[in-house]
Amino acid sequence: MSTVRLLVGTRKGAFILTSDEARQNWQIDGPHFAGWEVFHMKGSPANPDVIYASQCEEWFGQIIQRSGDGGKTWEQPGTPADEPTTDEQGMPKGESNKFVYDTSEETGKPLTTHQWYDGTPHPWEFKRVWHLEPSLHDPDTVYAGVEDAALFRSSDGAKTWQEMPGLRGHGRGDEWSPGAGGMCLHTILLDPTNDQRMYVAISAAGAFRSDDGGESWHPINKGLVSDFIPNPTAEIGHCVHRIDMHPSQPNVLYMQKHWDVMRSEDHGDTWTEVSGDLPSDFGFPIAVHAHEPETIYVIPILSDSLHYPPEGKLRVYRSRGGGNAWEALTSGLPQEHCYVNILRDAMCVDTLDSCGIYFGTTGGQVYCSADSGDNWTAIVRDLPPVLSVEVQTLS
Amino acid sequence: MIRIALPYHLQVLAHCDSEVSVKVEEPVSVLSAIRALESRFPMLKGTIIDHHTGQRRPKIRFFACAQDVSLEPLDSQLPAAIASGEEPLMIVGAISGG
Repeated sequence: MSTVRLLVGTRKGAFILTSDEARQNWQIDGPHFAGWEVFHMKGSPANPDVIYASQCEEWFGQIIQRSGDGGKTWEQPGTPADEPTTDEQGMPKGESNKFVYDTSEETGKPLTTHQWYDGTPHPWEFKRVWHLEPSLHDPDTVYAGVEDAALFRSSDGAKTWQEMPGLRGHGRGDEWSPGAGGMCLHTILLDPTNDQRMYVAISAAGAFRSDDGGESWHPINKGLVSDFIPNPTAEIGHCVHRIDMHPSQPNVLYMQKHWDVMRSEDHGDTWTEVSGDLPSDFGFPIAVHAHEPETIYVIPILSDSLHYPPEGKLRVYRSRGGGNAWEALTSGLPQEHCYVNILRDAMCVDTLDSCGIYFGTTGGQVYCSADSGDNWTAIVRDLPPVLSVEVQTLS
Repeated sequence: MIRIALPYHLQVLAHCDSEVSVKVEEPVSVLSAIRALESRFPMLKGTIIDHHTGQRRPKIRFFACAQDVSLEPLDSQLPAAIASGEEPLMIVGAISGG
């Protein structure tokens, strides 16, 4: 019997929701780290018992938590209570919340500023970790996407972090600028068929690809059109909200942009719009069905000024042909007076035979469909605002 | 031993009560008190003194004997009542409304 484990990050703590494969009866565990924002949690594909969590507060900064037992217990890597904080040589054992930008001549291409909202230079300042992406193969290797936008990697179970400086140093980093939510690196995709290929997305810089394991990067924004920036087809400056792919078809990428839903069939080299007949092509998350690489899901939001669903109706839209033609999925979802938002990391799919789709809202609901989106039920309705939802399918 | 009063979020992080006691050699300063605190509760490293700047995080203030010492140099000597444990060094987060 398989089980599913949902990792839910909220404004005031983390929750872990578990169920058998029927996905009808759920055990709710939490809050973990009560009172703290938990931006994102994700389990290791190589060892599902290993889970990483990004815990942060504007007052007290960034904390990284790691569980080795599926979320039952947690520790800040390298700093367990009542143990020495330095090794025999006096070196700090754990600095799991220390994210320092690489400005060295040897490995970094020192960048001291990016663009501020008004176009003026602004120094790079670490604020928080938006997204944690564990390696597909090694539970102790994990990538972190941070604000101000940069990519970090840990190879010691998150005890220490090193920036992958080739991204900020790709040549145009000084032209990146923040979106309304900050200049965040929020999407990290690892190609399961090519260990050297990875993708990231940044608001508001755009999408980037590395073909050499993260050493060097180049922008992949050709075909994106953003009418709200000075040059709508610029190489840099697009507010990408989320990218997803299916592991069996890694050349095909799907993107929810600030406006527009996009598709690429060439690893992001070129993009075409597939918004089609959506009631609004603004939104944050996008997800691909676990067993149907051309079936994708978005949740339209009315506009960038009105962060709630069109007509007050919460509708997930599904396309079975990779975009353009969409169907509204409404069964079990509120169809009046609904004004929640669904953030970019708050939708995911499980890999059970009958694919489960999940999303969390800023109203504190976590919805589940155990039948590819045809019917929905609320697992919980009254959590703090949901920031992220990830699912683990456990056998 | 000196006494240090912690805000709620740091109590959650350190799994401790609202006030803790740590041993600090004299002369006692905010910096030496926090370093002693971090040594006993390593999970608090970086949450009071910023990793990058080495300075107090912006939304935190320090109070000693009813005086705001937030803007004093971190290595300034604290009053004798703090060093003796008669009064706690208070680490306070800014009020969060809403």
